[in-house]
Amino acid sequence: MSQPARIPLRDEFKSRAHDALGDAQLRRNFRGAMDSLMEKRAAAFSDADERERLRTLGNHIRARALSRLPDLLEQLESNLTANGVQVHWAETTEQANRIVLDIAERRQARQVIKGKSMVSEEMDMNHVLADHGIECLESDMGEYIIQLDHEKPSHIIMPAIHKNADQVARLFERELGEPYTRDVNELIQTGRRILRQKFFDADIGVSGVNFAVAETGTLVLVENEGNGRMSTTVPKVHIAVTGIEKVVAHLRDVVPLLSLLTRSALGQPITTYINMISRPRQAGERDGPEEVHLVLLDNGRSQAFADGELRQTLNCIRCGACMNHCPVYTRVGGHTYGEVYPGPIGAIITPHLVGLDKVPDHPSASSLCGACGEVCPVRIPIPSLLRRLREENVSRPDPGHAVMRGQGSKYSALESTVWKLWRTLYTRPLLYRLFRFFATRLRALTPSRLGPWTEHRGAPKPAARSLHELARKHLEQPR
Amino acid sequence: MSAKARILDKLRHSLAGTEPLPDDFDETLVTQPWRYPPEQRIARLRELMEAVRTEIHLTSQTQWPDLLATLLDEKQLTRLLIAPETDHGRQLSEHWQRRSDAPALHAYDRPVEEWKHELFHDTPASLTGTVGAIAATGSLILCPDRHEPRLMSLVPPVHFALLRASTIHDNLYEAQRALNWRAGMPTNALLISGPSKTADIEQVLAYGAHGPKDLVVLILEDA
Ligand code: SF4
Repeated sequence: MSQPARIPLRDEFKSRAHDALGDAQLRRNFRGAMDSLMEKRAAAFSDADERERLRTLGNHIRARALSRLPDLLEQLESNLTANGVQVHWAETTEQANRIVLDIAERRQARQVIKGKSMVSEEMDMNHVLADHGIECLESDMGEYIIQLDHEKPSHIIMPAIHKNADQVARLFERELGEPYTRDVNELIQTGRRILRQKFFDADIGVSGVNFAVAETGTLVLVENEGNGRMSTTVPKVHIAVTGIEKVVAHLRDVVPLLSLLTRSALGQPITTYINMISRPRQAGERDGPEEVHLVLLDNGRSQAFADGELRQTLNCIRCGACMNHCPVYTRVGGHTYGEVYPGPIGAIITPHLVGLDKVPDHPSASSLCGACGEVCPVRIPIPSLLRRLREENVSRPDPGHAVMRGQGSKYSALESTVWKLWRTLYTRPLLYRLFRFFATRLRALTPSRLGPWTEHRGAPKPAARSLHELARKHLEQPR
Repeated sequence: MSAKARILDKLRHSLAGTEPLPDDFDETLVTQPWRYPPEQRIARLRELMEAVRTEIHLTSQTQWPDLLATLLDEKQLTRLLIAPETDHGRQLSEHWQRRSDAPALHAYDRPVEEWKHELFHDTPASLTGTVGAIAATGSLILCPDRHEPRLMSLVPPVHFALLRASTIHDNLYEAQRALNWRAGMPTNALLISGPSKTADIEQVLAYGAHGPKDLVVLILEDA
């Protein structure tokens, strides 16, 4: 498997967006899926008052956990360790991959089966393991489909949502030699048959974590398919990988978060399986992994954590509702973002993971309509965070006090001077009047090209007389 | 410095001078909207589970083995995996010994490594107990253990589960308390709310993704 280049060039977002907008099939696939997900969510929260109060509770639980994050992580580690689970810490994705590789080498593993895990996507684990001769296969149906097609997920919950049944059927025909069928049930049964054998053969199972409970040392996994349970139960080794923000203090905290997660994501009261893992196989038990590992990954999260406002990004429970409701995401699709996390959550988290200068267009890929913030089950103020990132994009860091990696890459001396000038004009009445006089009298000199603004629009031109002047004239007229 | 020390250091540095936020958990929010009069709990559970294609039968402590034999016969299942050391496993084998037409019982009585192939390829159905259920979300609660291992409710295509009506809780919050999970979680605890499913292709719901294609719940009205 060749590794696609992961570093988007400056204008890649725009050119990919342009292509996506012209792809009628892609737009139909997204529109249909997002409409149905929005409808399902709305139906699952039929009582607006209950929904809003639950969102507040969800926000408080996450904020409270973050306000004690280092202590909770230590408590989680000590409880997991007491339970027999081995805990590893990684600052970077390279370190995390090294940890996984070390375990694989020690166990002489040749095959790894993966439940759905966005953190393993951050790590690009499939390719890293492949480079070391270890097959790493996705087992979530959507993930399996896109892995077959050498693609990345286009949605965090529905990774293959950009494909329709016909496209999947042709993929299975081409890659697996299966007879063509558009029958979704048959397609799923094909996946089931092939992957069952893989669960059977795998040496290691990898999963993500939805919530890590500090007080009991428990990993909570949420899923519908059963592949997560397979991956964490059949192979002799289970490695869970997760971001350091996923911890909650109490077992009871999981109750409202679960309800918010499954209802926001899919409109379901609950998913088919909630899998709570606290220990590896105990003496006398007849199945389950002999070893359970948890890899806690930072990868830029501590940078978001350092700023009180940006820290709210880490409230996220990865429900995907913000992308389902985003008018930009729905039109350009997930691949346009070119990174692991697309949509509004992608726009606010990715800059911390890869550096703002690598994704300078992400914070601007929003109409600031506010839908994402309105539906977010843990009340992340996504629109204000987007505005904040736009600011960081154009402001050069104070020496020694950078807020984030790669900030200020859109800084332009000209633009900065223009704004300074604007501020001076608008705070000094005399200067302002002078400016107004010349702007209206010399309107013919207004430039007709104003960067991207005039790509699709005419250039704005001052009126022949200002409103102020017109009003004065009007008032001076005899009645 | 280790990765752990560096991460914790950074986090602590960022929190310097701040206080932890207060715990204002409001339990009424996760309990009150999700309470049912006792006589409605089964109905609620049933409605939600049937909505995701679970088959539900009401029976009793003495009659379920015969009902199970009938169901297996209807579904043309000739073998059933059981946990022989559990109460229900014992009751079933004793009861079925007296029937000549009963399907063959197969015991999960050794480590999976010793019979993995058979489990994956030649085990059409299984029977497990449950430690309770949740009316609010239509979920069974299972705590697999040394007698009734985890894969029993996952690998066989048809999963039969026994549920005592008196163990149905209103909501997850109350179930967690009743089971006293805070004091110690089981090795593995599961909520199962239907047969395995996926909507990953075009949002079309398909059952039998990786786990059981059919989930059959026998509710024992013992209260
Ligand atoms: S930001 Fe909010 S809405 Fe978006 S995925 Fe995270 S929790 Fe869900």
